[in-house]
Amino acid sequence: MIKAILVFNNHGKPRLSRFYQYYPEDMQQQIVRETFHLVSKRDDNVCNFLEGGTLIGGSDFKIIYRHYATLYFVFCVDSSESELGILDLIQVFVETLDKCFENVCELDLIFHVDKVHYILAELVMGGMVLETNMTEIITRIEEQNKLEKSEAGIAAAPARAVSALKEMNIPQKVKDMKLPDLPSIGNLKF
Amino acid sequence: MALSKVKGTLERVLDKNLQDLVRGIRNHKENETKYVAECLDEIKNELRQENVAVKAIAVNKLTYLQMLGYDISWAAFNVIEVMSSPKFTFKRIGYLSASQSFHEGTDVLMLTTNMIRKDLGSQNLYDAGVALNGLSCFITADLARDLANDIMTLMTSTKPYLRKKAVLIMYKVFLQFPEALRPAFPRLKEKLEDPDPGVQSAAVNVICELARKNPRNYLALAPLFFKLMTSSTNNWVLIKIIKLFGALTPLEPRLGKKLIEPLTNLIHSTSAMSLLYECINTVIAVLISVSTGIPNHTASIQLCVQKLRILIEDSDQNLKYLGLLAMSKILQTHPKSVQTHKDLILQCLDDKDESIRFRALDLLYGMVSKKNLMEIVKKLMVHMDKAEGTNYRDELLAKIIEICSQSNYQYVTNFEWYVSVLVELTRMEGTRHGRLIAAQMLDVAIRVQAIRPFAVAQMAVLLENAHLLSNNSQRNGICEVLYAAAWLCGEFPDHLTDPKGVLEAMLKPKITLLPGHIQSVYVQNIIKLYANIIKRAEGQNGLAGVREVGEMLQEKLPIFIQSADLEVQERACCMVQLVKYVLKSQDKDGDTAAAIAEELAALFAGDLNPVAPKAQKKVPVPEGLDLDAWINDPPSESSEDEDRPVGSSIFVTKDNNEGSFYHETAKVKVPDMTPEERTKAKEQRRVDQAHNPNYLKGDVKKSASNTSADGNLGNSVVELDLSIPLRVPGLSSSDQYMKMEQSLRTKKAGKKKRKKRKKGGNDESDEEEDIPQIHQVSTVEEVPEGAEAVSDKEEDGGDQRYKKLDIDLDEPLRPGEILPVRTHRIVPDHKLPEPEEQPKEKKKHKKKEKESKKDKKKSRDSRKEEREKRKRKKQSIPGEADEPSLLKEDHEEIAGDNTPLSSPRDKDMPSRGATATNSTDKMNDYEFWMSSTDAQSPAHSEPQGKPTTEVKVTPVQDITSGDEAKVDTSAHSKKKKKEKKEKREKKEKKSKKSKLKAGDYEEAGGITTPSQEVVDPSQLETPVTAKPMSSYRLLAENASIKMMYETRVSPQRGDQLILSVVFTNLTPHLVNNLEFNVMDTLNTKLSRGMGQASHDAVQVPFVLPAGLSNEGQFAFSVDSLVQPTKLRGTLTYMVKMAEGSTHEKVDFRLTFNCSSFMSALPCKSSEFASLLSSGDLTEKSTMKCTPLENSFDVSLLRICFYNHFKVVEKVEGSASLYGRSIQGHHLCLLVKYNNGEITVDGKSAEGALLSNVLADIKTVLTSDVL
Repeated sequence: MIKAILVFNNHGKPRLSRFYQYYPEDMQQQIVRETFHLVSKRDDNVCNFLEGGTLIGGSDFKIIYRHYATLYFVFCVDSSESELGILDLIQVFVETLDKCFENVCELDLIFHVDKVHYILAELVMGGMVLETNMTEIITRIEEQNKLEKSEAGIAAAPARAVSALKEMNIPQKVKDMKLPDLPSIGNLKF
Repeated sequence: MALSKVKGTLERVLDKNLQDLVRGIRNHKENETKYVAECLDEIKNELRQENVAVKAIAVNKLTYLQMLGYDISWAAFNVIEVMSSPKFTFKRIGYLSASQSFHEGTDVLMLTTNMIRKDLGSQNLYDAGVALNGLSCFITADLARDLANDIMTLMTSTKPYLRKKAVLIMYKVFLQFPEALRPAFPRLKEKLEDPDPGVQSAAVNVICELARKNPRNYLALAPLFFKLMTSSTNNWVLIKIIKLFGALTPLEPRLGKKLIEPLTNLIHSTSAMSLLYECINTVIAVLISVSTGIPNHTASIQLCVQKLRILIEDSDQNLKYLGLLAMSKILQTHPKSVQTHKDLILQCLDDKDESIRFRALDLLYGMVSKKNLMEIVKKLMVHMDKAEGTNYRDELLAKIIEICSQSNYQYVTNFEWYVSVLVELTRMEGTRHGRLIAAQMLDVAIRVQAIRPFAVAQMAVLLENAHLLSNNSQRNGICEVLYAAAWLCGEFPDHLTDPKGVLEAMLKPKITLLPGHIQSVYVQNIIKLYANIIKRAEGQNGLAGVREVGEMLQEKLPIFIQSADLEVQERACCMVQLVKYVLKSQDKDGDTAAAIAEELAALFAGDLNPVAPKAQKKVPVPEGLDLDAWINDPPSESSEDEDRPVGSSIFVTKDNNEGSFYHETAKVKVPDMTPEERTKAKEQRRVDQAHNPNYLKGDVKKSASNTSADGNLGNSVVELDLSIPLRVPGLSSSDQYMKMEQSLRTKKAGKKKRKKRKKGGNDESDEEEDIPQIHQVSTVEEVPEGAEAVSDKEEDGGDQRYKKLDIDLDEPLRPGEILPVRTHRIVPDHKLPEPEEQPKEKKKHKKKEKESKKDKKKSRDSRKEEREKRKRKKQSIPGEADEPSLLKEDHEEIAGDNTPLSSPRDKDMPSRGATATNSTDKMNDYEFWMSSTDAQSPAHSEPQGKPTTEVKVTPVQDITSGDEAKVDTSAHSKKKKKEKKEKREKKEKKSKKSKLKAGDYEEAGGITTPSQEVVDPSQLETPVTAKPMSSYRLLAENASIKMMYETRVSPQRGDQLILSVVFTNLTPHLVNNLEFNVMDTLNTKLSRGMGQASHDAVQVPFVLPAGLSNEGQFAFSVDSLVQPTKLRGTLTYMVKMAEGSTHEKVDFRLTFNCSSFMSALPCKSSEFASLLSSGDLTEKSTMKCTPLENSFDVSLLRICFYNHFKVVEKVEGSASLYGRSIQGHHLCLLVKYNNGEITVDGKSAEGALLSNVLADIKTVLTSDVL
């Protein structure tokens, strides 16, 4: 089971938090902080597994994370999940984000956290891995987006226009979160 | 219309959406809270709007704020409003917000049941998907119960997307509502072989999660998983299955043997590292579970270790980490294979990655031996010097101590070395393990008597250098060591060379900077030392110096009186007075002065031993003492003190988080000793003490086997003595011991070689034994007198939630075991889920209802919900025990599986029977599958089930002439199996049944034995003339439909009879809307759905396509069963033809004769005899008839089959039969066969029943119609 999925940036600002077990809000914040503290002090060339978050988990739990440019993707899982499998899942998640946002960057996650949630929901449900096939995931997401668009119809046109206008204000929309080439992924791939 | 919408939206366009909110927060970095507060106000405003779109945007923003840590539970109701929007866009927002913020305590969840149900059944694929997704996060027990059936329906959806999600969410449903597991399991199992890989993967996922918590229940699935493992190409699925096997193998060694080969193949073939790794892990688990019996056992280990080495040597840190992790698992059982890779592991200690270093440390723990302990510890200490970060250093320190102290210092051969190591460790800066070191010092000094002089000398040095240690006075800091030092010096002052010097060191003013509990120990031990000094002085007859010491104490002790710590203050006051008294008495005259020394020493007499960890628990409660009873009537507050942890000593008041030193000392694992062992150990210690005050010979027990080593011991002692003078008057160094050890070993080398040649193979362990332990470790622990030497077992408080899911899945479904359904209830609830909890639940419902009433904003939904709840309440009234409900899903399915059958006679057993046989089949299959591997090693296996019957039966035949009793018992055990078999047979090959079976059993033997005891005639070799029997009787038939029925009872339920009707559609059209109705009598009533009147019809839960049959079950509640019951009923139905549908009906008459209520229960002849002789069976009746069949055996068979009796005993021409009604009436029959005539004598307590049953038997024997 996956207990929690967290995404935060290099400064520990949460970009996505998804807990599959209930924690009160302040506890959730503490968990994010603690996890950031644990993860951020690690070099990039060390292993991606961590034991010993005090707030979340216990002896049976591991923190498995990946660091992409400015973002940390952290999964807290128990021993029923395969460590390398989860690493691949993170990769699938990020690649899916990349496809859906067309060259994803931190700003996409900042402004469209809801969409990220919807994407994540196609991968993981209630703490269990739902789907790992990226084509399938993307098909589902696109179909849902289509549905959303068709529902919005004419009524949403002005809103879209306005939001497009607002969108332009975003200062230099940096596409800084490129997917790094991870050679190790090659041989992990299914 | 559209225009107005546009207009409405235009007005809202300038509202903030999520992006604006995010942007705003980013622009107000310095006063974020204020800005968010403003936004929250806006959101509250927006939520008050009518427009759902506005609400949705507001909720979306709230979800974002929730992530930032703001509580949004106040908006729960608005979230539900948005969830209930018909538009997918808004629905999705609502469900997302709900999944982020709802939890079990969210009370408005009560309102969502119906809405979620609607969404689950939605035409739109994604509505249902989103609902499932949300539900998976906030499902509660109530929701799980109410929605289980809807989710079950989705599991068979045509869309894989929904199937997948529905399957996955079932796990959450099971967690919340364990009763759903058994009814849902067959379908879940089915999904393991779903054509869609996603669904399959989800099913594997769920079953793996279930099996992880309660593996035993899922063993029967092993063959299925095995098939999947060898056929699947999906690595996700493979990994899960392989992990599952890892959990199953410990329970079933045979499984492991089967697994080794395919797993090894996978290891060789796969390119996916994740899969490789999991394979290795499972192979390790297998190897752990089966330590012997696998021929290529070592080969597998070698393969694993070799592959792991490749992982560890990989440049990828992740693989390295996992390799070490898996290595540590191998270490537990095969340390030797790992020890060969010591170099690699030591190398990992230098890794830059902390996680990897930790893992390597873990491995070291298991790799030490007497031989390499010093070397490894040396390495670790070098690492510790180099290590950056106190965290890792602390870990190293703890590891060193752990390694050395493991299994009662098993690997420490030289304790002087160990004490030196401990002393060296005190030089570690900023460690948090001061307490740990101190505890070790105390433990070693107390347990290893011989080391005391050395240890005390070292402690004295520490005390003199206290200033070095005390500058770091943080909690658990290194200054804690002084606690141990002070205590040891005080406790064993005889070993001190210069007690006065130590005393002076302990009185330095800097001491007052130490933590209170250390100061208290100081004060206490100062006096102990003082007492010792006086005693020594008296021995030498020189009291001059003593006086000085006393005066010094009197002068310096008052610094402790000023301490802020109460404990220190109190003790210091006490001690000052004591010293004053001593000085006074010394002043008086010589006699009293001499006496005072003894008196003072008497204060501290007695040995202190470590206290066993569970000593307190083991104190037996004296008879007549009730610990739960109040001593004084009003509960006094002082009772709190009793709850203190066992070991927490009053000395340590400041940080009682870890208990006291004594407590920790006691924690060192010591094998529990029997009283004899303990006395023996004590005795030995005494002897040792007497003979050898300084050094002991090698541990007598341990080195008993190799006396040759003793010669060397002399050497070591000499060398040790030499080494001490070399020591600079400071701290000793552990290195010197290591060098010494090495030189010793080279000397020994010659001897070893000789030995090796003698013993050959197992030289490693020999070498270990060669190194003698120089000091003996005492394992004496204080245990209260009269302690029971029992159960050190800890009751582990595992997660209650998972325990509830510990459900036997092989047992066939009971008729009442179904998911709660809302419509179509025919079969009554056999066992109401949580009967005790129901009333509570009702209250809860009521309360919540009230709450929801209060809610002003109540929408359509909530009103509906209320209606809903009222309905539910009715359902859950516990009084309605026989509340009818339906085996809908399962039943339909099982019946549906049967491909069209030509006539109901050939029809499969009804669902219950079918599941039963299925599962026994499964079990046999499983056993068969398991034992098939054992073909080559039959001695090891214990085949059960099918093979057993045959194997075991043969000897019976041999004995038959002899020991009858033996035959009896073995026949009994066989009988059960045969019954199962019979059932299965019935199901599968009914038409050929009797013939086939006869052959089958003849072959099995043991039945046609001359003893003829306890043989069920149904298993007898029956004449070929016997007709196939079926208890299905025609109920009604017309041009379009035919109904056959059978009755069934359960011996557990005396008030219920189940009628199983097979409906066969004889038309070429679809028949639907079947409604079954019966006119109730006073005695017998059809169980209908709740809320239905007694004349309402019961809907049959299926439609009948042309030419097909299906079976429906109906329950009847029965009061009295002594009279046969006749009921009249009607079935109405619609025939759908191309030109329209016609409504038709068919009337029928149902007869429940008294035999229907009988159940054939096995009865031993002894029981039968005692029943007859008891005098309870007062009524007698006799019946005579000429049976159609002129074979006694066939007649018996018919009685047993149709009238539900069991043969107790049979001899030539007569047999005794036993049967019991579901209400517990015993019926005993004696059947005699004479010249084609059968006489049945019956005895029972109930005359009417008896005569009715006899009448039934007559019909059975004489009529052909059945």
